[in-house]
Amino acid sequence: MDHAETAVMQAPSRREIGAGVYSEKLGMWVFLGSEVLFFTVLIGSYIILRFGSPESFADPGKILNIPVTAVNTFLLICSSMTMVKAFACVQDGNQKGLKLFLVATVLIGATFVSVQVFEYLQLAHEGFLPSGYVDGSHFAELAAAGDLPAKVNIYGSTFFTMTGFHGFHVTMGVVCMVYVTIKAFQGKYTATDHRGVEVIGLYWHFVDLVWILLFTIVYLM
Amino acid sequence: MATSAPPMDVAHAGSPEHDLSFIRKYIFSTDHKIIGIQFLLLSLMGLFMGGLMAMMIRWQLGFPEGLMPLGNLLPETMVSGGVLLPEFYNSLVTMHGTFMVFFAIMPLLVGVFGNYLIPLKIGAPDMAFPRLNMWSYWIAFIGMGIMLAGFFVEGGHSAAGWTQYAPLSSNPEFTGVVTGQQLWLLSIAILGLSSILGATNYITTVVNLRAPGMTWFRLPLSVWSLFITAILVLLAIPILSGAAIMLLFDQTIGTSFFDASNGGQPILWQHLFWYFGHPEVYILILPAMGMVSDVIANGSRKPVFGYHSMIYAIISIAFLGWIVWGHHMFQSGMNPTLGMTFMISTMFIAVPSAIKVFNWMGTMWRGNLTFHVPMLNAVAFVAMFVIGGLSGVFMASTPVDIYIHDTYFIVAHIHYVLFGGSLFALFAAITFWYPKMFGRMMNEFWGRVHFALTFVFYNMTFWPMHNLGLGGHMRRIYDPSQYEFLQPLAGTNRFISISAFMLMTVQMIFALNFVISWFKGKKAPNNPWDDNGLEWTVSSPPPHGNFAETPTVYRGAYEFSSPLVEEDFLPQDRKLEGDGG
Repeated sequence: MDHAETAVMQAPSRREIGAGVYSEKLGMWVFLGSEVLFFTVLIGSYIILRFGSPESFADPGKILNIPVTAVNTFLLICSSMTMVKAFACVQDGNQKGLKLFLVATVLIGATFVSVQVFEYLQLAHEGFLPSGYVDGSHFAELAAAGDLPAKVNIYGSTFFTMTGFHGFHVTMGVVCMVYVTIKAFQGKYTATDHRGVEVIGLYWHFVDLVWILLFTIVYLM
Repeated sequence: MATSAPPMDVAHAGSPEHDLSFIRKYIFSTDHKIIGIQFLLLSLMGLFMGGLMAMMIRWQLGFPEGLMPLGNLLPETMVSGGVLLPEFYNSLVTMHGTFMVFFAIMPLLVGVFGNYLIPLKIGAPDMAFPRLNMWSYWIAFIGMGIMLAGFFVEGGHSAAGWTQYAPLSSNPEFTGVVTGQQLWLLSIAILGLSSILGATNYITTVVNLRAPGMTWFRLPLSVWSLFITAILVLLAIPILSGAAIMLLFDQTIGTSFFDASNGGQPILWQHLFWYFGHPEVYILILPAMGMVSDVIANGSRKPVFGYHSMIYAIISIAFLGWIVWGHHMFQSGMNPTLGMTFMISTMFIAVPSAIKVFNWMGTMWRGNLTFHVPMLNAVAFVAMFVIGGLSGVFMASTPVDIYIHDTYFIVAHIHYVLFGGSLFALFAAITFWYPKMFGRMMNEFWGRVHFALTFVFYNMTFWPMHNLGLGGHMRRIYDPSQYEFLQPLAGTNRFISISAFMLMTVQMIFALNFVISWFKGKKAPNNPWDDNGLEWTVSSPPPHGNFAETPTVYRGAYEFSSPLVEEDFLPQDRKLEGDGG
């Protein structure tokens, strides 16, 4: 390594050698590695528990509202697209587009969480909770009539824990996205330095990907 | 774009000392060295509390009929009329393990030395994310506070053992503990977040912030082991967090993950716990191995024997650690054929472990041995780790395990690797880097006394536990005098207890040496041990930002007794004729 190269490396306060990726991006990838294991625990447990007592799980669509959630899934995928657009805009130096698409992402993300809250309230109202049926509820009557499984405790446990933790991750993502959006409105991101936008984007796509997995195995299978 | 430069939150790279308030400098500090020292004080406190709990356990086992001295200082719910209550005994057993694993050894190895050594040894001004680093300390602090709070709630602290097997942990009817159990789980989930943030930071730092010339195969083994450990932490801790949250939900919002009567599976807890738990075992030993390698090379004045094979051994131990969790569950009713595969994969770990042991011996072989206090402790680590490793082979053999599982044999085994292994390595590491941390030398004489007495009383405490275990003495029992077949072992139990009290007492020498040297110790030079690492090229303690200018590295960390120079050490950043750059 010659002197000139060494000097260049010393000059900036952040010497990004190593992976050839700046630290925030590398850090986010590393953190997402941890998140993969976290969701693996929840999904793996779901698979084991479902194989262990298949009779405790209702057929798709019997308890969960698939159409509403399908629309919600579509929304979340759209938000991944607006995120990509926001990143493309900032790379092109299009500040207006950046702001527009970040706001759109925040709004769609918030809508997703709101629909999920609405879904939970609806399910609770009809008598489906993490602890199974509510006595005397609509679902409990259906179960007594034989239209639903007699007991759904483990179904409720896994459904609410998995989707709940995903919803928590989306909520955290929206909070961080609001922070990035505020910084975007302050003009902090430029065509050459837009680390915040890229890093939150990585997280956002990850959360989106997890949802596609969850929607498939929890709602459709 | 606006021309006014907005204040960017850049890492303070080698910046001149800027004025920081006391609070920002020593309490909510983002300096990796201060955070390392904060972790050190916090986890030494955890170590002390874990030790005190062990003393109470030993009192009960050694003197089941006697009244506990000073017992009247504890509330009636713990010790009544001098008698240690069985419910409290169960909490003690649980919390001794919990504190030693999660609030003593793990933060001492990863929190303290990961923080303190990584940036200094790779030539970086700080961690990649200094503010995140501060958060990971304070999150751990909150976690420990919540864990401690469990002692003060109604029903006492968690009493399900540190492994928290369901349904003992999930069903409050079995232990009578409700709030304490929930606080345990909450604390562990919070501590998990701290560990994950810390590991993210360590990995990014090692990959991205190495000084020019610090190639992967010039990294000191301590940094290698901390790097691999960080990967284990990153991937293992979320498994525990997820499982702990599921168990917490079982108790708070009525889920039934581990409740067999409602479709749950208690054994799922064991699988999840040990899928975290076995990598955790290596989290608790790999950094110790790395730091011991540094100390032994220094004390032998020779390059580490088989540097590359040391690294490959660390990596293979870390990998094998993921496929052996079932050996903790041989007696859980699993398929014996499956037990066989876990037995074989477990035995494989003996290979890289033995490579390391022979390399340490090869390093010392014909070295110019200097038995300073860190070296004494490091050599003790190697010896004790061999004993602990060999008793591990007994446990791993399924037919032998049928007989000795859940006895004092496993207690002896875990203490030989965790105390004889990790803690001796920590004594080596603390005494080795203390001058760098505090700018003062620890007292050499009292260091030797502490080492000698600890080594003797340690073996007197834990060696006879093998005999207890082979005699059928169950672990975690409250009163061995209730069993006729354990009557002949009462004397051994009493011997162990007295040795344990002595072991705890001599730790006061270390505590006093630590505190007094901090204020009154001899001023430490920059490089008291004539070592090669980059941390020894800066003042003791190093300034904020570590290096005035980024060092350039020309060689590995173990060039002792090199023929190229007159001294018997050759710092990594010293440029010799013929060095490139």
